[in-house]
Amino acid sequence: MQLVLEKRAERSNTIALVSPLIAIGLTIVTMSILFAILGKNPILALGVYFIDPLTDSYSLQEIAVKATPLVMIAIGLSLCYLANVWNIGAEGQFLIGAVAGSWLAVKTQGTGAGAWVMPAMLLLGAAAGALYALIPAICRVRFGASEILTSLMLVYVADLFLDYLVRGPWRDPAGFNFPTTAEFDPVATVPVLIEGGRLHLGAVIALVVVAAATVLLGRTIKGFEIRVVGAAPRAARFGGFNSNQLILLTFAISGALAGLAGIIEVAGPVGHLQPGISPGYGFTAIIVAFLGRLNPIGILIAGLFLALTFIGGEQAQIAMKIPLDVTKVFQGILLFYVLACDSLILYRFRLVFASRQVSRGAA
Amino acid sequence: MELLEAIILSVLAASTPLLLAATGELVTERSGVLNLGVEGMMIVGAACGFGGAWLTGSTTLGALCGIVAGTLLSLIFALMTLGLAVNQVATGLALTILGIGLSGLIGARFVGERITPAPHLHIPGLTDIPLIGRILFGEDAFVYFSLALVIAVWLFLYRTRMGLVLRAAGDNHVSAHALGYPVLRIRTFAVMFGGACAGLAGAYLPLAYTPFFIPGMTAGRGWIALALVVFASWRPGRLVIGAYLFGAVTILQLHAQGLGLGIPSQFMSSLPYLATVIVLVLISRARTGGSTAPAALGTVFVPDR
Repeated sequence: MQLVLEKRAERSNTIALVSPLIAIGLTIVTMSILFAILGKNPILALGVYFIDPLTDSYSLQEIAVKATPLVMIAIGLSLCYLANVWNIGAEGQFLIGAVAGSWLAVKTQGTGAGAWVMPAMLLLGAAAGALYALIPAICRVRFGASEILTSLMLVYVADLFLDYLVRGPWRDPAGFNFPTTAEFDPVATVPVLIEGGRLHLGAVIALVVVAAATVLLGRTIKGFEIRVVGAAPRAARFGGFNSNQLILLTFAISGALAGLAGIIEVAGPVGHLQPGISPGYGFTAIIVAFLGRLNPIGILIAGLFLALTFIGGEQAQIAMKIPLDVTKVFQGILLFYVLACDSLILYRFRLVFASRQVSRGAA
Repeated sequence: MELLEAIILSVLAASTPLLLAATGELVTERSGVLNLGVEGMMIVGAACGFGGAWLTGSTTLGALCGIVAGTLLSLIFALMTLGLAVNQVATGLALTILGIGLSGLIGARFVGERITPAPHLHIPGLTDIPLIGRILFGEDAFVYFSLALVIAVWLFLYRTRMGLVLRAAGDNHVSAHALGYPVLRIRTFAVMFGGACAGLAGAYLPLAYTPFFIPGMTAGRGWIALALVVFASWRPGRLVIGAYLFGAVTILQLHAQGLGLGIPSQFMSSLPYLATVIVLVLISRARTGGSTAPAALGTVFVPDR
């Protein structure tokens, strides 16, 4: 008996729509088994994970807060992946964006600077993220070095650089030696949308990014070029598209979005620069991008769903003593199922019962 | 002299996990499969290796646990990329994300525990020779095994028929398939070998390098191993040089931190990662003209019959 893949004549649009749902269903079944192995009641655990966060306004806001960086980063990554280049260093670009924006916040601290500080910080964050992402892109375009490995290596470098800054030159003198900068001034903070709430301006920016990406991919020549270079590189060459330029462009956009997400996170929900500002947003965003089928609207939904798992994971740890690592396992398994189900769009699975020898003889 | 000996010993120890993981990945890539999940398989290997050794009190059984864990994870990868023709880059990333979560879950109860580190060889007389004695005759079994493994892989790839077939599958899967070779089965075994090596490499860290387990203790070594394969131009011999060079960078930056040169420790710690980027650029640049990578590396193969 043997599993055989048959290429479909056309990609199946029905499966393209339902495959993320199948993947989520399979993940939930797998997670139930894992909960049972951990000695927790699967029904209760799933309730705490996926239902409870949806029932109170604090958690709902918190989901939107967590989804904001995920969606912004994933939109950028989706452009890279559509063009078939692999930026997996978004985590590093996120951190560098946070560092660059924080530089202005630290320098203007207590100087009575005006309302221009926050917008300038966001611009700095985006610019620094883009420049940092251009390092692997240039290494790839000029020297042919694998962008996968170089972009990932730079994550560790960014992490150590941030660590150095908050333990060294930028450390809050009144911070009891904790590795953190002082709380940012109000002019250096991303404002919340509702007084006393957690939801901040970043969520609006994320929605604008989603809308812009929808237009870019659906309505512009550049968006078309990105998709063609990824899907049919030979056709793109005949069409005269400059694939090197597109690599640089997609990396710069995704770096800028990751950097922007980084500074928004620091100047918004966190309020100061410290190590551990990201629970792996840059990596989780990879899952968001694939779960959202590399489509802006899909990414928005997927981002909210993955944010739900972060909140649910925290609540499950408090309420049921389920380790936080379960969330990472969940996310990893989800990505596996998403990719496996995506295979159904292009192929049809068939079990063949004849032995190899017979089928080879017949061919 | 004492210091030099200590440095060389620690370089060998730091290089061994890189060499083990890279050797496995080299075989996987020579068969045409790019498994980016090395880091994930290593970190699970570390957790399971420590768990095995802690529960049984045996380094050997711990190492076996690491090997089994790495192999099992690589089987998931094989099922996805070879069975279901899923993109190898994305699946490798998924494997790493899953592995980091799994290792945290498995390793949580072992944090803070200690085990006896793997014993070092001691041959009376030989090991006591000053300077070279401990370096040549006083290592732990993993160091010797990793070198033996490289030689075995070299012999297999270049001196056996099966090795030739494996390389053929990696260079042109359509032709290999047309000649009647079971491309997917060959690749499955190559992926499993890579997983076993990554698991062992991960297990080496808590079993011999530091006698305890901490979450995230592989610290990107799996990714450096992937870069080493590129550095070595997919040849086992050069892998040894590359692994020892990287081990040396890791150790020298540690010693430089100890000397207190006034350079912040974080800058020294980022050296191995920066070195990887620079080496990848230099190697890739020197190779303009014709790539030495297996021609079918990373491409999906669905046999038509």
